[in-house]
Amino acid sequence: MSPRPGFVLEVDRSTPSTLFWHGEGFRLERLPVGSRVLYAPEPVDALADPVAAIRRALQEPLGDCAPLSSLLHPGMQLTIAFDDVSLPLPPMRGPDNRQLVIEQVLELAADAGVDDVVLIAALALHRRMTDAELRHALGERIFDAFAPHGLLWQHDAEDPEQLVHLGLTDHGEDVEINKRAATSDLLIYVNINLVAMDGGHKSVATGLASYKSLRHHHNAHTMAQSRSFMDQHRSELHTSNWRMGRLIAAAGVKVFQIETNLNTDTFPEQFRFLQRREWEWTARDRAGFLASSKALQATPDRVARSIFHSIRSPHKMTSVQAGEVGAVHERTTENVYAQQLLEVEGQTDILTMGLPYICPYNVNSIMNPILVACLGLGYFFNMYRGRPLVREGGVVIMSHPTPWAFHPGHHPSYIDFFEQVLAETTDPVEIGKYEESFATDPWYVHLYRTGNAYHGVHPFYMWYWCAHALEHVGAVIVVGGDRAAVRRLGFKPASSMADALEMATDVVGPDPSLTHLHSPPLLMADVP
Amino acid sequence: MKGLVFERNLARFAASRMVSVLGGSGRGVTVGPLRLTDVEPPELPGPGWQQVRPLLAGICGSDLSTLDGRSSRYFEDVVSFPFVPGHEVVGTLADSDDRVVIEPVLGCVARGITPLCGACAEGRTGGCERVAFGHLSPGLQIGYCSDTGGGWSAAGLVAHDTQLHPVPDALSNEEAVMVEPAACAVHAAVAAGVDTGDTVAVLGAGTLGLCTVAALAALSPPGSLLVGAKYAHQRRLADELGADVVVDPDQLMRTVRRSSRSLEASATLTGGADVVIDCVGSEESLAQALSMVRPRGRVVLVGMPGRVTVDLASLWHREVTVTGAYAYGNEDIGGLWRRTFDVAMELVAAKRLGRLVSARYPLDRFEEALAHAGSAGRRGAVKVVFDLRARDRFRGTGPSTKGPLS
Repeated sequence: MSPRPGFVLEVDRSTPSTLFWHGEGFRLERLPVGSRVLYAPEPVDALADPVAAIRRALQEPLGDCAPLSSLLHPGMQLTIAFDDVSLPLPPMRGPDNRQLVIEQVLELAADAGVDDVVLIAALALHRRMTDAELRHALGERIFDAFAPHGLLWQHDAEDPEQLVHLGLTDHGEDVEINKRAATSDLLIYVNINLVAMDGGHKSVATGLASYKSLRHHHNAHTMAQSRSFMDQHRSELHTSNWRMGRLIAAAGVKVFQIETNLNTDTFPEQFRFLQRREWEWTARDRAGFLASSKALQATPDRVARSIFHSIRSPHKMTSVQAGEVGAVHERTTENVYAQQLLEVEGQTDILTMGLPYICPYNVNSIMNPILVACLGLGYFFNMYRGRPLVREGGVVIMSHPTPWAFHPGHHPSYIDFFEQVLAETTDPVEIGKYEESFATDPWYVHLYRTGNAYHGVHPFYMWYWCAHALEHVGAVIVVGGDRAAVRRLGFKPASSMADALEMATDVVGPDPSLTHLHSPPLLMADVP
Repeated sequence: MKGLVFERNLARFAASRMVSVLGGSGRGVTVGPLRLTDVEPPELPGPGWQQVRPLLAGICGSDLSTLDGRSSRYFEDVVSFPFVPGHEVVGTLADSDDRVVIEPVLGCVARGITPLCGACAEGRTGGCERVAFGHLSPGLQIGYCSDTGGGWSAAGLVAHDTQLHPVPDALSNEEAVMVEPAACAVHAAVAAGVDTGDTVAVLGAGTLGLCTVAALAALSPPGSLLVGAKYAHQRRLADELGADVVVDPDQLMRTVRRSSRSLEASATLTGGADVVIDCVGSEESLAQALSMVRPRGRVVLVGMPGRVTVDLASLWHREVTVTGAYAYGNEDIGGLWRRTFDVAMELVAAKRLGRLVSARYPLDRFEEALAHAGSAGRRGAVKVVFDLRARDRFRGTGPSTKGPLS
């Protein structure tokens, strides 16, 4: 039986309260009659034998590309780059897709007599992964075979010795990427595709790039012109990455792309109620919700955070494709859409969303206020194809505690950005004047290179990520957030959903239409 | 006439200290050695002295420190009991009704000492080496000397001609009472030795901190003037008075680090501010200053410190200079040798420092006044003053003044 597609529920008097994520907790909200609630399609079936599927993909590549085994030969230099800790969300139960794929690649390489192999975590400007995170992504066997010998690298975008400038695109964009990857006889990129934005030429052109290169597309202008960046064909972010990808190929870098899709089977058994539609909750779901909610209310924030970050998601590989970057990514994107797309008729005055405890940049960390903004306005707002779910001048209502809290080891520059830059302006264009000083700050560079810190410029990227939404909406309201932190973001705090709805009518007028994005599990709205 | 008198009474001193520790600065006055009593006008110590009737007299951090029993025992031999506190004074001359501001330091000239000590001979009366000697009882300033009286008394005080500064008509009383703290700030700004392009961090944004910001901005603007201010009104004022960046105190070190592009090691910046001006004077603020000043940089103590325990390893290792900035006298301002009070008078007018006077109290409400001053920041105030214009008690005198008498 094929999984049920997504569903648009129209709220009536008999509709039970709607579950909202609220950081490391949940809220039940009664939405006005006539509101729409968007439910994600149910998880598509997992591959019955992912290893066999991987082998087949490697031997039957897509596009203009030979089978992987024929590209491997003794004496060659092989580099395998892979997505970092930001994917997937939540981290998946082992074995991780990266482990499954890389094991097969290494087997082929060994069969071909390739002995110069280096693995590189494609961090871009993200934090370095811990050994535990690398072990989880790659599996013990790969980690133990490579890490002790210095053959498991983490891309260092600040080490000039590790970078090579390949030239300028026809738009004058610097393309500077990891030297080992660029100069290898073959670069294999292993991806996990969670949302339509991931993968394609973005994997190498972003994941293995330097700040000098990234700044050409990670800026307020590009982000505002990516409508959305989940729709590659209407995304300046992708257009720029694709230009860079073409230049990388023209410079002689041979890329063999391997992309994997995941289904949206996101939460383990004890949190199953999160994946079910409320009116279909069983007694067990209700008990699970009540038990979780009560327990979390009595749990200190730190402990609750630790509990949630220990979740290992049961999501499974649904497909794997390999070969030429463009052809591979086209198939991957089709698969993402097949899993996540939900047709929605028309825009809404008010878009509500419950934000969970995790986003790509706080795995095993704190969801600080900047990341709250980025998750809501950068990611969830952009989960559309066609037109944004909320109309221009509409209101976004987000539910999240938004604590004024930061992980000092992971997000040091975020603290200064929040305290100094956002205190002065929240305009994504205007903040640009501070970008260079954060990007080149020697302390941030030091922490990025030697600790587990995001690069100094990263909070700017998070704010640029919000540029399209900030330009589009009339107001952003945060329910249940730390009031000072919410105000610092330039948003309006509300203590309850009822208050938020009342405040929203000041912006959009009386009797507004309301749509709730019931996510995660992830869904993408197709708004004609 | 009524006046507030501070007597030597160790038991009350200890009680005051205990209450202020428990209840907050200024609260210990209820049990301390300060009392409102009948006071006779002080006698003129000799020729060249004048009787002054205070109009407004400020409550200073050092006054609170003394009343709270927190001040250092260092001062024991340079004050004489009983004394009438109050050294920030605008008043009128008893003979002529002319308004004057008092320069309270009791240097060699006022004490009738000849030859003058080295500091006084150079015009640096703040550094007078004879404050416990001469024909006056010991007392480093009016307001700490049993012979001169002080500003917190309707009976008035006496001051030597050299301590009197006529107040221009254009200056309101609220502005005039700010001249003394402004003079301290001018001296501190000069002592800081700021070069163009320097990064200067100011810790604290009470009266002294704000005046120092104003003085730095006016007299020797640094490349970057960073201020740590605890309260919203302090942040606003610091910004208006010339700070480039104003942040919460706990953010100041990060701001200095960013500004100086330093690294961090052992909770100390590897680089840091060229100059840190500590306008708080606590153990924490001194430690903070040492952690954010650059190697071979300068820490200027403007807020009155007491006994503190501070790790000086970084000072030794980084060859940091720590210097005090007390009072005034004459300063080298752009190559000109000028009276600090003259410069301060201009600064007060130019920066409209009278707006820092937040509340005025009559003497008989001194307990409230001192409690207010002790919690000024928290209560949205900066400078609290006694208003001794008895006939005008219930009339406001300046557009910028707000408080219990306005």
